[in-house]
Amino acid sequence: MPKSSEKMTLTELPIGIDARVVAVNGESRVTRRLLEMGVIPGVSIQKIKMAPFGDPVEIRVRGYSLAMRRTESDAIEVSI
Amino acid sequence: MNDHGKNSQLTIALAGNPNAGKTTLFNSLTGLKQKVANYPGVTVERKEGPWTLDGKTVNLIDLPGLYSLDATSLDEQIASDIIRGDQEGVPKPDAIIAVVDATNLERNLYLVTQMFEFGVPVVVALTMIDVFEKQGHEIDIEMLSAQLKTPVIAVNAKSGRGTQELADKVAGVIGTTPEIPYEYRQEDPNSGPHGKIFARYNFIANVVQESVWHSDHQSHRVTDKIDRVLTHKFFGLLILVAILLLVFQTIFSWASLPMDLLEKGFGAVGDFVKAEMPPGMLTDLLVDGIIAGVGGVVVFLPQILLLFLFISLLEDSGYMARAAFLLDKLMSRVGLHGKAFLPLISSFACAIPGIMATRTIESRRDRFATIMIAPFMSCSARLPVYTLMIGAFFGGKYVLGFVSVGALLMLIMYSIGIIVAIIVAAILKRTVLKAPPPPFLMELPPYRLPNLRTVLQNMITRAWLFLKRAGTVILAISIILWALMYFPRSSQEPVASSQIIEIAGNEQPSTKTIQLPESEQLKYSYAGKLGHAIEPVIRPLGFDWKIGVALIASFAAREVLVSTLSIIYNVGKEENEESETLISAVRDAKTDDGKPAWTPLTALTLMVFFVLAMQCMSTIAVVRRETNSWSWPLFMTAYMTALAYIAALITYQGGKALGFE
Repeated sequence: MPKSSEKMTLTELPIGIDARVVAVNGESRVTRRLLEMGVIPGVSIQKIKMAPFGDPVEIRVRGYSLAMRRTESDAIEVSI
Repeated sequence: MNDHGKNSQLTIALAGNPNAGKTTLFNSLTGLKQKVANYPGVTVERKEGPWTLDGKTVNLIDLPGLYSLDATSLDEQIASDIIRGDQEGVPKPDAIIAVVDATNLERNLYLVTQMFEFGVPVVVALTMIDVFEKQGHEIDIEMLSAQLKTPVIAVNAKSGRGTQELADKVAGVIGTTPEIPYEYRQEDPNSGPHGKIFARYNFIANVVQESVWHSDHQSHRVTDKIDRVLTHKFFGLLILVAILLLVFQTIFSWASLPMDLLEKGFGAVGDFVKAEMPPGMLTDLLVDGIIAGVGGVVVFLPQILLLFLFISLLEDSGYMARAAFLLDKLMSRVGLHGKAFLPLISSFACAIPGIMATRTIESRRDRFATIMIAPFMSCSARLPVYTLMIGAFFGGKYVLGFVSVGALLMLIMYSIGIIVAIIVAAILKRTVLKAPPPPFLMELPPYRLPNLRTVLQNMITRAWLFLKRAGTVILAISIILWALMYFPRSSQEPVASSQIIEIAGNEQPSTKTIQLPESEQLKYSYAGKLGHAIEPVIRPLGFDWKIGVALIASFAAREVLVSTLSIIYNVGKEENEESETLISAVRDAKTDDGKPAWTPLTALTLMVFFVLAMQCMSTIAVVRRETNSWSWPLFMTAYMTALAYIAALITYQGGKALGFE
């Protein structure tokens, strides 16, 4: 695709920008759970807001809101 | 065979994601006839009730809410074991009702795709469809059903819409084998370890595309608007504090009237029994042991009901998840989960519901760390003790002219508990309960108006569980305590009977049945002896043997200290913590060598001890049940009481060194 796609982790994704999940890294149970909650490559994802102390973050995926900590959002690669 | 009828009864499981409306549907299908118990050996709640299907009564089991059958929590483990037929005491279900939230279709359907693989027929109950349609979306239920190759029925638990059809469909699928509607080939080399998850979601994407028409309307608009305020960086926290204050203020003020009534009621029953029954051991056991003991615990029922009313309201409205979201960073510094805040806050009312509320925390280590520190929160049972001590020694005093010493001391006691809890949690999470930071994935469900019936049902369930415990564990402890303070009777004790004569003075020596004043009787009872035995240990804290007796008794329940002191100082049973006579009796009490038994410093020391010590049999019993082991409750009792002793020792000796009395 000729479109300039910027890759970053979900942690780095600015708030309110539409992005697409590229990969969910890791082989742990958390990785699996993230995938089962619908955060799989190709799905569109948005960061809604950060909690008062910068962590956790609220993201929106498949029409619902999910809160996760930095450890989880670090493992999710997205592209704008 | 007698139980043949029971064995042939069909079992239907109700399963679905959390917040999908499962509990509401369960309540509407079974009504008030549901039973709540625990699965053997674990703390997951087992809810079941009768449901009429095709003229026959079947057993409907409400499974814990779950996102996936590939378990990550105890709740999910139990749910998947039941569906597999691996759960002890639960027959393999004959059919599953999958509760699916129409407003969150994709993720809800994920669980349904997993269910197909267990070979149990599935009927989908589609909830929240009115909300979904109000948002302007459309859903083709027939198409959805055709795609999933399983019946789909739109239900509304409130209006009863679809429940009859649901029953018909469930009756129809029993005995059939579900078809797995999507294809997945294990040997696909590109699939990787998570290929199955991708295959399920690909299938779901197709299903949704075929059967749902989305409007441009953003379904989460209202929730987002509310969240702009409620999870705001600054106002969100402010509102959270305000809500908590309101909840606790209400619990204390609303509960006080029914608590007074209950207390008076039990008192009246005790008086009645005492008046109507012949005096003797049985009457004493009934009045002083059973009625007073159980009554002393049942008075907390209004508080428990109110606490669970608020917990249900906060949880069902969706606010609870926001509170955990706001506080997670703070909690994680100590090594706890954001969800731990609620159990800890609840513990200010009573550690028992607080500890029961830790069930929402998935990680076992996080959950245990929360349980271990919950009793440090100053619960309502400590209030009578604080009130008595403050009333007797610090009442009507002010610092800086306007700050009441009593209020200040109260604040200090609550703070000590919180600070020690934070330190202990940090230590536990770095040692015994050491674990990598737990995964934190928490759904923030859309705000919804709580369902009144679900809320009431939850309150009734909690109240019943609490009363059941009062009727068993606490009853047994009350009897034991009463016996320790009652036996041996003075006339059975040679030393004591010689003293009777001395005390009784000119009474006839032959009168073997002379009743000693209760306070004297206590001295020679087993409890009195125990008090004397522990005196060397508690002397450094400034306590004499009489306080020792009250201390021992208070290990059953903290507030027992007050009633025991009133027995010891012989001020009669009618007195409660606000009684002038008990307050003055405490002020005037003398040790055996004639010095005042209490000083302001002793009172302060006692309060510090009560903040930290594990003095609650019911809590120990609950921790035993929740951790499924004896070592955790014993560890808890030991370390808390050791901490309490050290802190009390520092308070008393330090106070003395500084010249206070």
